[in-house]
Amino acid sequence: MSERIYLFKGFERFWHWSQAALIMFMLLTGFEIHGSYALFGFAKAVSYHSFAAWALVGLWVFAIFWHFTTGEWRHYIPTTDKMIAVARFYSSGIFRNEPHPFKPSASNKHNPLQRLTYLGILVFVSPLIWITGWLYLFYNDWAAWGLTNLSLDWVATGHTVGAFLMLAFLVSHLYLATTGHTPLAHIKAMITGWEDVDHGHAPREG
Amino acid sequence: MKRIWQRVLFAVASCIVGIAVAVAAESSGAVGVPKSTADHSKFKELQREFASGQEVTKACLSCHTEAAKQIHQTQHWKWEVINPQTQQKLGKRHVINNYCTSATSNFKACASCHIGYGMSENFDFASQENVDCLACHDTTGKYTKPSGFAGAPVTKDTEFPPGSGKIIKGTNLTPIAQAVGKTRRQNCGNCHFTGGGGDGVKHGDLDTSLEKPDRDLDVHMAKDGLNFSCATCHKTDAHQVPGSRYAPTGKDGHAALMPGNPDDKGRNVATCQSCHGQAPHKQAKLNDHTDKVACQTCHIPEFARGDVPTKMRWDWSTAGKRDKNGKPLVVKDDDGYDTYLGIKGDFVWGTNVKPDYIWMNGVNKYTLAEDKIEKSAEPIYINKYEGSARDGKSLIWPIKTFTGKQPFDPVNKTLVVTHLAGADDTAFWANLDWEKAVASGMKTAGRPFSGKVDFIETVSQWPITHMVAPKEKALACVECHSRNGRLAAIDGVYIPGRDAKGMLDMLGWGVVLLAFVGSLGHGLMRIVSRRKN
Ligand code: HEM
Repeated sequence: MSERIYLFKGFERFWHWSQAALIMFMLLTGFEIHGSYALFGFAKAVSYHSFAAWALVGLWVFAIFWHFTTGEWRHYIPTTDKMIAVARFYSSGIFRNEPHPFKPSASNKHNPLQRLTYLGILVFVSPLIWITGWLYLFYNDWAAWGLTNLSLDWVATGHTVGAFLMLAFLVSHLYLATTGHTPLAHIKAMITGWEDVDHGHAPREG
Repeated sequence: MKRIWQRVLFAVASCIVGIAVAVAAESSGAVGVPKSTADHSKFKELQREFASGQEVTKACLSCHTEAAKQIHQTQHWKWEVINPQTQQKLGKRHVINNYCTSATSNFKACASCHIGYGMSENFDFASQENVDCLACHDTTGKYTKPSGFAGAPVTKDTEFPPGSGKIIKGTNLTPIAQAVGKTRRQNCGNCHFTGGGGDGVKHGDLDTSLEKPDRDLDVHMAKDGLNFSCATCHKTDAHQVPGSRYAPTGKDGHAALMPGNPDDKGRNVATCQSCHGQAPHKQAKLNDHTDKVACQTCHIPEFARGDVPTKMRWDWSTAGKRDKNGKPLVVKDDDGYDTYLGIKGDFVWGTNVKPDYIWMNGVNKYTLAEDKIEKSAEPIYINKYEGSARDGKSLIWPIKTFTGKQPFDPVNKTLVVTHLAGADDTAFWANLDWEKAVASGMKTAGRPFSGKVDFIETVSQWPITHMVAPKEKALACVECHSRNGRLAAIDGVYIPGRDAKGMLDMLGWGVVLLAFVGSLGHGLMRIVSRRKN
């Protein structure tokens, strides 16, 4: 049997999807700037990327504000509780149709592995991208900021490392989004806000 | 009767046209206000006949008493520059290049571009009357200094070369002297557009197409646009013309010049930055380039864009062939340009040429007549600009790379001075005999010569700085921001789009691939296991 709970609030869903769109667009334009392929043309890729950068930075400012004022940031505090169980679920239980050991609730939305991954994104990948991206954007002001020893080479390398990590995250994230009790369950939840939460064994059909 | 009417009509029409032209030429802004405060045709000193250039100069100096002394200080007069960074003695009197190789020993011809009269190896550089005022101040376009007269104009019909039956028509200097004015681009162009022996030959970014360029060819000089003269940028001070490729400004690095600003003292005013500063673009990202890239690199996408080709290569070693009449052979291409001349060798011409790019800090090192050169070190750099990403004084500049093969002395291992032009029997252009011509040239230059002539590959570098295209025609980003773009050979700077690192990319895509393959495998196992259940 299952229960519907309201897991993702309006702003959270808006934040998630607009961030998803922006990040995909930034990957697309970013790797063109990087020289991996030609799509929009270098000049357009740079202006789209810079424009999207401002949008993303703006979104992050709102998101950070929201997380702190609502206390939602607590969802990213790492925990070891059930961590082993969750890891075991994804590596074997899921193939044997076992139930998910973690039950999300409004006060505890993410399983321990999600918490850890998202925290990694929030405290490592995003800041890396953000800081290096910011520096990249304001190359001309480095001297005025006293950053005379900085080299574009390092800034770009850092930014690119961040981009690769973000892409790797995106790939896994997209896949894991299909691991709900139906392939679209998690995705629907992030659209509507409502998640079906299993209680007990409730085996899937088929 | 009809005839007379025609004449009257013609006379009236001529007067109207004449007045219109005069008004257009003299006035600026307000209609009818003359540009200059002096009408030289009203000066008694100039209302006479002049038998020579020197007579004109003396008349000029009777009012402009200090002008010759100013001229005496200039590179244009001395044909000598002591390079401030290397202390090398440069200038036309000293260098050997890979075009016509050297002015020394050929002054009778070459000095038609000297701003003096009678230039020779023993020229008196203190002479005032030998300063040629008209070369730069003629406004009629009628003043010429034919080759063969060491820079003097010909005032009476003269047979030249003597005995040839060819007559050079005499020039009446009186109307020229009465119409003197500010230097126009044609004055500069007479020599600087035709350097190397013909229109556009030498520089690639200077040729007669700049006399009346359209906007696409040169935004600053466009006849229907800003209409700059050369001196608008090369703004003289006491007859000193700023801006020279012997010691150019590699990196200006300053904001736009401000009149009166003491910090601007001694700055080269002929740089782009002296007007445009360091952040000339509305789009911030473009201003990020100005610390590394010279304006010219993006804004002069190609040189020789005005339908006048420039020489890209000159091989002297093949000179000497004659046609069946025994005359030096001439071969022309479809457009009528010489590709082979018995007196000069083989040429390669280029139009719309993409420049090469180098880090350039303004230090211009020459291989001079006294420098030892080794055949094994080919190509020999006639001149080479120094610069690097790290010296803080360089920008990435466009240059014309001119290659050649020219005579040298394989025993003494030096470049040589060749006596090319002249009526005597040692001149190469008269007898096509290298040993004789080099022996005579080296003797005049006072240099040792072994008697042997061989040929050696040489390269010279010419900064590209004219023919600035309008901004819509500037280089697209991708021209450099790509793997094999125009700056593929430039080191020491990270260029997005060019410099993806093999290692980092391999690692990065590896991680991404791992995530993908992992997801795929996991998903497949889910599907398979679901089937089983
Ligand atoms: C998910 C977010 C982002 C991704 C995946 C991403 C990816 C990339 C990549 C791969 C490059 C090419 C780097 C190179 O080869 O040198 C790049 C360039 C750049 N990125 Fe980002 N980026 C992101 C966010 C940002 C942000 C937030 C900013 C600014 C605050 C930013 C600013 C820039 C700038 C200025 C460039 C260089 C463009 C140029 O050539 O001038 N990026 N980005």
